[in-house]
Amino acid sequence: MTAATATSAIAATPIAREGFVAFVRRHPTVAIGGLLLILIVVASIAAPWLGTVDPISINPAQRLRNPSAENWFGTDRFGRDLYSRVIYGGRVSLIVGLSVAVLATVIGLAIGLVSGYLRAVDAVVMRVMDGMMAIPAIMLAIALIALSKASIFIVIVAVTLPEVPRVVRLVRSIVLTLREQPYIEAATAIGTSVPRILLRHLLPNALPPLIVQATYICASAVLIEAALSFLGAGTPPEIPSWGNIMAEARPYFQLKPWMVLLPGVFLAVTVLAINLVGDGLRDMLDPRLARRM
Amino acid sequence: MSAAPTPSISTPAGVEAPHPAVLEVSGLRTHFHTRDGVVKAVDGVSLSLERGETLGLVGESGCGKSVTALSIMRLIPPATGRIVAGSIRFDDTELLTLRPAAMRAIRGNRISMIFQEPMSSLNPVMRVGRQIAESIALHQNLPRRAALDRAVEMLTLVKIPEPRRRADEYPHQLSGGMRQRVMIAIAMACAPTILIADEPTTALDVTIQAQILDLMLEMKERTGAAVMLITHDLGVIAETAQRVIVMYAGRKVEEAPVKALFAHPRHPYTRGLLTSIPRLNRAAADSAQSQRLTEIAGVVPSLIGAVEGCTFAPRCPYASEQCRVAFPPEIEAAPGHIVACWNADKLPEMVRA
Repeated sequence: MTAATATSAIAATPIAREGFVAFVRRHPTVAIGGLLLILIVVASIAAPWLGTVDPISINPAQRLRNPSAENWFGTDRFGRDLYSRVIYGGRVSLIVGLSVAVLATVIGLAIGLVSGYLRAVDAVVMRVMDGMMAIPAIMLAIALIALSKASIFIVIVAVTLPEVPRVVRLVRSIVLTLREQPYIEAATAIGTSVPRILLRHLLPNALPPLIVQATYICASAVLIEAALSFLGAGTPPEIPSWGNIMAEARPYFQLKPWMVLLPGVFLAVTVLAINLVGDGLRDMLDPRLARRM
Repeated sequence: MSAAPTPSISTPAGVEAPHPAVLEVSGLRTHFHTRDGVVKAVDGVSLSLERGETLGLVGESGCGKSVTALSIMRLIPPATGRIVAGSIRFDDTELLTLRPAAMRAIRGNRISMIFQEPMSSLNPVMRVGRQIAESIALHQNLPRRAALDRAVEMLTLVKIPEPRRRADEYPHQLSGGMRQRVMIAIAMACAPTILIADEPTTALDVTIQAQILDLMLEMKERTGAAVMLITHDLGVIAETAQRVIVMYAGRKVEEAPVKALFAHPRHPYTRGLLTSIPRLNRAAADSAQSQRLTEIAGVVPSLIGAVEGCTFAPRCPYASEQCRVAFPPEIEAAPGHIVACWNADKLPEMVRA
């Protein structure tokens, strides 16, 4: 146990030492997933310079065109360039995915650390978490958007809330194991205060599994955002997102299937890339698991 | 029986001692609440520690040695354990009623502790230097960089080669002996008044044990700390301690200057412990007859519930009727030599018989 945790702590150093090629050979999943993810992120950020036009400029004369040299993915029913919309749409997915992953992890981490270490807090907090876990993300989002107006912020909140308890449970279980470790007792014995023990001693030990969990949350947030947008309860229609592009293309699926499939492929590849990175990180951070596989 | 030794409350040698005791534990009772009942891990222990001395605390596993130490540090896990009675005075401060923040200011600073397991007492994801610096920064209000420099100095003092490089390493990159050196560095970093060492060499290789003990004593000389050495190794006690307290089943059964204890053990349990040590010369002398070591029959009794009479009586070859009725009072059999046994004065004859 100790040896494994210890190894994970220095997992970062061998990358620098062994060189890029060796790293790719040793951790192919992280390399492939990371490469795909970098491509998608760069494409979304650099969208204006990738041969795109304004994704929301309407051109009724050019409705529902097939892919051509001018419109690589064709145009939608308002004559908007589909390629531009798909590339710009990646921004929404990635922003939502990343924000939810960061928010859920940070909030869940804070609650989980305190709840795992202080038993009095634990009993109350965990019941609240159980309650939160019972709320389906999509239902919550639809309810929130019905109450206010559709915005990416609301989507982020709605997807984050049900993810928080998952992180809390993970962090709490890690803390419950770690708090019995002699080095925590030793830290107390040199007069370390509770907040300091949480931040300096428990947090770094809980980080590796948490990072892995964050990637899964990111992937699931991307999917939920797409689902919400598809249902019309997510990203407002004026902002292109993979979900609402697919929703708008749905009536033309039999005639022009690529209108649904192309954004779908981007969505699938993004989620796959994030999951590959997550799986790879898990193997990398937990050497015991990697050897077994 | 005729001498009618006066039962004295244990302030052993406290009167004659040139230095006042730096630590006074009296009537300490630490109980644990478990599903099976109340475990009286420490049941009325009194001891004192003088400035700069080395006090040995011996006994089998489960005798309450470690719990006594943890009680002094106020590190008894609050979920199950509680100090139910007694007082622990450290330099005129009552530790048992101290606020948590004040207690934290004492821990690691004026009283520090070395644990048994060097393998798991260091945080695996923190660099060694930072772990030493943590205690220094905490108690001496030094900035990070200065604390790290002090940490490297400490590593030099505990004789770790290439201290600057080692300070940047993680615990798993160090050997067991080196980790215990780091633990000593952490414990001694703030030059504590008291160092509690809970079986500091038990988990180490035999060849390393002597080095670590020497180092501990050297650090003690350097800082003038009083050391409370918990161990079940009487050989270690003989080499290092000035006074010894023998514990059995949560109570103190004998306390004596180290020479007196080894020469004239007055409690049958102490005698049992002493005869169970293998001796090279004795083995050579009568190897033919007694290859087997003497052992104390039986095991430490369960500490749950009330025990009638002396806790050692069931295992004691000399137990009399009286022993099964009441726990013997602590009597001062010789100056500084305290024993809790009904038959303490008769023991030498009983053994010869």
